[in-house]
Amino acid sequence: MTTVSPSLRVSELAYAYPDGTQALFGVDLTIGRGERVALLGPNGAGKTTLVMHLNGILTAGHGSVEVAGLPVRKDTLGEIRRRVGLVFQDPDDQLFMPTVREDVAFGPANLGVRGPELELRVKEALELVGLPDVIDRPPHHLSFGQRRRVAVATVLAMRPEILVLDEPSSNLDPASRRELAEVLRSLDVTVLMVTHDLPYALELCERSLILSGGVIAADGPTRDILGDPGLLAAHRLELPYGFVVADRPY
Amino acid sequence: MGAGHRHQLYRPGNTVVHRLPPQCKLPAVAAFAVVVVATPREVFWAFGVYALLLAAVASVARVPASFMLRRMVIEVPFVVFAVALPVIGLGERVEVLGLSLSAQGLWAAWNILAKATLGVMASILLAATTEPRMMLLGAQRLRLPSLLVQIAMFMLRYMDVILDEMRRMRVARESRGFAARDVRHLPVLAKSAGALFIRSYERGERVHLAMLSRGYNGSMPIMNDATASARSWATAALLPAAALATAVLSWSVS
Repeated sequence: MTTVSPSLRVSELAYAYPDGTQALFGVDLTIGRGERVALLGPNGAGKTTLVMHLNGILTAGHGSVEVAGLPVRKDTLGEIRRRVGLVFQDPDDQLFMPTVREDVAFGPANLGVRGPELELRVKEALELVGLPDVIDRPPHHLSFGQRRRVAVATVLAMRPEILVLDEPSSNLDPASRRELAEVLRSLDVTVLMVTHDLPYALELCERSLILSGGVIAADGPTRDILGDPGLLAAHRLELPYGFVVADRPY
Repeated sequence: MGAGHRHQLYRPGNTVVHRLPPQCKLPAVAAFAVVVVATPREVFWAFGVYALLLAAVASVARVPASFMLRRMVIEVPFVVFAVALPVIGLGERVEVLGLSLSAQGLWAAWNILAKATLGVMASILLAATTEPRMMLLGAQRLRLPSLLVQIAMFMLRYMDVILDEMRRMRVARESRGFAARDVRHLPVLAKSAGALFIRSYERGERVHLAMLSRGYNGSMPIMNDATASARSWATAALLPAAALATAVLSWSVS
């Protein structure tokens, strides 16, 4: 293990909803700086609940979450939310300002960034997702794929330690899906990708975790996990029809 | 899907009126309306002057009369109300074209019609030369209650999304053979409306989460707080100032 604090460390995280439903039963995971990791799991496995803990929207019933060494607590929420960039599944939920420029500026402006520095952050983030030209457009005039990429830009503008994406490939047509993959691959940031899309996980993430029944059921190279039909079947995960994981990459 | 159509009230252009900062235009229109309302109804000529002032602004902003007239349909309910007043009004009656009308009602109707029409015309001009988004920016820069500005902002942003959702629900109903023809179909429509409300409410919760995730703490950050130049303020003040001069004159002669 390295001496630098990992981007994300979750230990013994357990959580029950107020109605008593237990969603997480002791989750342990560590994600090193610069890693791209896929979090796989069937519906109802607790993926969203786990994600909500990463930036303190939900607070741990038991256990702890640390982002680059900083524990998630009430008094650290501001900094935690800067460090963890959450990209929601529906870009219409994420893009709520009248123009792309204001939306991308929203996060850094909340951090107190103003003036030319703010303008720079907005341009830089849109540049990173390959959409510098849409800056003055209203979000609802963009295509779905563009909206998803702008949603990524809105959190990149906060210069996060870790980017957490909820089902990034959902509802994208093949070209938008590839464009997003290219963007994600080009970023110099730790990525945690929550997904059902196993080929997308294989394409982008060297490592995968399976969250099932509220615990981490598997943790290893994506290639090994997807190559184990028994493991996948045990957790209601399936590769698309006709899809075979090649023995050697490309 | 969700494709944008321009907001109907706005008429793009690049005139002096279009370019004025929104925080100058908003109070100018409000001040104009106050002056109009404060003018005694007996001074007919003053209202003529106001109408001329607005016509001048419209010609500078290149907003054609036909555009104004079409938008003024919004005033119809007031007109109906105003027309009823002389008929149902009490007091001294006068004969007009063989009809016995209330003199007081006639004055009241004229008062409402003239003042409302001028107010509506000024608002239409404001909306025609100011993008809805800029209007909100102006309200924000004027430090209007931020909660109200935020609500209006979200309405503007999510109107298309919700309309789209509504359309999808209608398509889903019709695909299964439903067509609203008479009152018996109302319960179905009511349930759709309820479902739409719940969906929108849930979206509101998700948007709030997304805002929290990006450091929202109850107030919108003011990002482009450009101050307007004294010259912009002076230009915007021309309309209410000219109106005020007219009003002062009308007070002194009435």
